[in-house]
Amino acid sequence: MRTERVIAVVPAYNEQGAIGAIVDEIRAFDASFDVVVIDDGSTDATATVAAEHGAAVVTLPFNLGIGGAVQTGFKYALEHGYELAVRLDGDGQHDPAELPKLLAPVERGEADIVTGSRFAGGALAYRPPLARRIGITWFAKLVSLLTRQRVTDTTSGFQALNRKGIALFADDYPSDYPEVEATILVFKHRLRLAEVPVQMREREHGESSITFLRSVYYMFKVTLALLVAMVRKSTVPADEASRA
Amino acid sequence: MTPVSISIAASIASLLLLLVVLELIRGRRLKERYALLWLVTGTVLLVLSIWRGALNTIAGWLGVSGYPPAILFAAAILFIIVVLLHYSTVLSKLADQNTLLAQRIALLEQRVIAREGAGNGMPLASQQDDEHER
Repeated sequence: MRTERVIAVVPAYNEQGAIGAIVDEIRAFDASFDVVVIDDGSTDATATVAAEHGAAVVTLPFNLGIGGAVQTGFKYALEHGYELAVRLDGDGQHDPAELPKLLAPVERGEADIVTGSRFAGGALAYRPPLARRIGITWFAKLVSLLTRQRVTDTTSGFQALNRKGIALFADDYPSDYPEVEATILVFKHRLRLAEVPVQMREREHGESSITFLRSVYYMFKVTLALLVAMVRKSTVPADEASRA
Repeated sequence: MTPVSISIAASIASLLLLLVVLELIRGRRLKERYALLWLVTGTVLLVLSIWRGALNTIAGWLGVSGYPPAILFAAAILFIIVVLLHYSTVLSKLADQNTLLAQRIALLEQRVIAREGAGNGMPLASQQDDEHER
């Protein structure tokens, strides 16, 4: 039985169809987990459904985008004194059954932040479309080069964090395509990052049709953001003691 | 040499710009912090428009003595770029502050609702967490 208090951070934007099941799954996986759903300015009943299923709900007054929503979740975790946090997406692609793999390295004190990677385990069932695959490979190589550490899945938002990781992301988290850039942030703050292989589920709904042109634009933009992140002055996360 | 008509027109335009900026400051519709750049812009353009000798000299330095008013355009464009860049930094800061405020409000609102324990079907667990903290 774990002694730490664990919070599951679930960012959600217009996910009234999926959010209830995710909250239930997390609680079924471990009833001691608290769940906070960050409703990123949804126009549907996401907040109500999440609350009915027993999650704490933080409703943003307007849509901040995934980065701002996730950061809100980590701020919640920090302020409410959780020792461990896991992040799962509100669309159901992250399976709570994989959580023990993510939590293990953090609980053993081997890493501050653990990312669930779809590619770390070698040949897996997950085969994204070509344009996506090029982008994923490009960022994996680039981030690995910049951080001098092998990173295979830079776009995964399936993560477990200890108190140090929570404090960093609560203080500073990128906005647009945050996971890639956050990897650089973790490296610059000298936190220990680890990857574990996980399976992810297919999105049940939502757009999977990222056009080629948009992929190119995305790659260009994020590459630029990565290079900027490398040279940017970093903020100092406020000391935990001073916040408590 | 600079045509006299251009000097007159440019002087009037610069003067108008300065007057508009001053009036906006007087009416509290423009903060001094943002007005400063505009005042510098207006003043520099006014000086270059009235002081024809200086305009001709600068044009000579930069190799456009055939048409000195080009310096007026160059100066105006330079200042516009500086003002725009300044706006971009202001905008970035405002966007960051806006995000921070939205997050703060949302987190505080959640605490209020959890404390009141009413509506929204907030779980007992999170209410107890809140009590525990205080």
